[in-house]
Amino acid sequence: MRTTYRAATREALRAALRSDPRVFLMGEDVGRYGGSYAVSHGLLEEFGPERVRDTPLSESAFVGAGIGAALGGMRPIVEVMTVNFSLLALDQIVNNAATLRHMSGGQFSVPLVIRMATGAGRQLAAQHSHSLECWYAHIPGIRVVAPATVEDARGMLPAALALDDPVVIFEHASLYGLEGELADGAGPVPLVGAAVRRAGRHVTLISYGYSLHKALAAAEELLQGGIEAEVVDLRSLRPLDLETIVGSVRKTQRAVIVDEGWRTGSLAGEISASITEQAFYDLDAPVARVCTAEVPIPYAKQLEDAALPRVESIVAAARHLIGRG
Amino acid sequence: MSPEQAVLPAPAADDSRAAAGHALALLRLMLLIRRFEEKAAELYSAGKIRGFLHLYIGEEAVAAGVMQTLGPDDAVVATYREHGQALARGISPGAIMAEMFGRANGCSRGRGGSMHLFDASRRFYGGYAIVGGGLPIAVGLALADKLQGRERVTACFFGDGAVAEGEFHESLNLASLWKLPVLFLCENNLYAMGTALARHQAQPDIALKAGAYDIAAEAVDGMDVVGVEAAARRAGDLVRREGRPFLLELRTYRFRAHSMYDPDLYRTKEEVDSWKQRDPIPRFRARLEQQELLTGGALEEMERVIEGEIAAAVVYAESGALEPVDDLLKDVYSPAPA
Repeated sequence: MRTTYRAATREALRAALRSDPRVFLMGEDVGRYGGSYAVSHGLLEEFGPERVRDTPLSESAFVGAGIGAALGGMRPIVEVMTVNFSLLALDQIVNNAATLRHMSGGQFSVPLVIRMATGAGRQLAAQHSHSLECWYAHIPGIRVVAPATVEDARGMLPAALALDDPVVIFEHASLYGLEGELADGAGPVPLVGAAVRRAGRHVTLISYGYSLHKALAAAEELLQGGIEAEVVDLRSLRPLDLETIVGSVRKTQRAVIVDEGWRTGSLAGEISASITEQAFYDLDAPVARVCTAEVPIPYAKQLEDAALPRVESIVAAARHLIGRG
Repeated sequence: MSPEQAVLPAPAADDSRAAAGHALALLRLMLLIRRFEEKAAELYSAGKIRGFLHLYIGEEAVAAGVMQTLGPDDAVVATYREHGQALARGISPGAIMAEMFGRANGCSRGRGGSMHLFDASRRFYGGYAIVGGGLPIAVGLALADKLQGRERVTACFFGDGAVAEGEFHESLNLASLWKLPVLFLCENNLYAMGTALARHQAQPDIALKAGAYDIAAEAVDGMDVVGVEAAARRAGDLVRREGRPFLLELRTYRFRAHSMYDPDLYRTKEEVDSWKQRDPIPRFRARLEQQELLTGGALEEMERVIEGEIAAAVVYAESGALEPVDDLLKDVYSPAPA
């Protein structure tokens, strides 16, 4: 079935609300408005205001209430409009959701799913465009995933709801319109584990979220020049599937990491360090990173485009590693 | 009626024996908390307890009075100054002491320490050490009860300092908007660590703030255990009956410094002494003696029993195993589902 990332996410929400009475959705404008990215459109009408709850603009309180409801036996799905807004709830996520299980000696767990949009590309400037996945991936006690395909958009949510841990799901806002094939009856997918989205033997392009599609486009372009790039989709940002990453790099002996986060202190840096630790002697060239320029995302289109990872820069980085740059 | 006049049920009533027993239990609980805290301070000085230690001495009437009004199905959310609430909720002195010793038999298996006491069996959802951080959790616990049709109350303790946090305002608004059964309990001890209430609140009348969120509120003398219990019962009944939140402000005072690190330079000795004149324990004891509910030797016997309990708690803590370092990473994540 041909569908979109948005519709696949909505279908995942609908299926969860239908199958488990403990599940409810809350967040800003998820109900009557239909979701700021129209993901939850129609769910209020189907499930009613008790289970599809519009919240005040109180990120800390409604994320914290999600934690409390999870402690109280529910399986809440909390939607935060963007990762930039989630900073207002950082205390609840980092100090409470991530710590409660450990700090209580294993007595309590927090089966909470937090979904948020992330990323740039829509000229929304410096307070709606950032990619802070790395901040969350830094925190032990939470799991962080980034579905990049319609299959993962449909399948990661039920997989997250089946766990007793807090899971943060990052949905890149430029992906909602992505079209793809979804099998009839598609359901949960494994939450952890990277996926090789394209096989190749000359260089590994490692990415996640919307950048994955730039990496795939770059691989297509590289092939025109006879370079076969393998493309690894991280899928899970915490924990990272180092086995798949390192396995691919051992084979291709070259790695380019594509990350919409800023380079300094980035997930790309973490992955690069891990490759160096585990596959140093297999490398034919230093690990390369294509990240966002170190600037708050600007409004003007040409500036925003210049700040973000681009297909050309991925292609150039890969060619450089192979000595054809 | 002033809290002083809010007397116990008349001794002549049929339930006079129960009333007397209840009064003695309140006194005993307050004494247990006081003596436990004194011992904790001593053990801190001896190096047995480390980290931060925030003592409850002076505020015992609040935890003792409020906790009488909660049932086993109700939930408690507390702060980093929560030994009193934990004891009043029935967590054993040994399990709390062992937690402060960092032992595996502590109520959080040595992972939390003084500021993070938990007990699932008593629905004690912990001490929160980010001021205000427990309020949204309490709102969520109450939301879970409402969604599952359970008639329970979530009692949420926090201090006057928390009133300055956005989470206080966000949580009161959300609880009122969604009609959730949260009993908000502000333990106003007049200081946010070292900053006096009047120096951090433009409007220092905390109970008044509830009106902005359409929440009923009351302020009571937190140094009078009978008044506290009566007010908490009224408030809790309303929360239970109407399924709406209530803000109860309990005006109290801590006799000791904020923590063991605090040189206590921001209060005068005269101020502290004047509050000590209102010490909830001698005050309640005098009342029981006056009503002839506490007679010859009973107090001494009570003290003797408590001393034994606390000594046993220390032995329990001392003898607790150390959690093996191999288990360092345990309980960061849940086991994967089968």
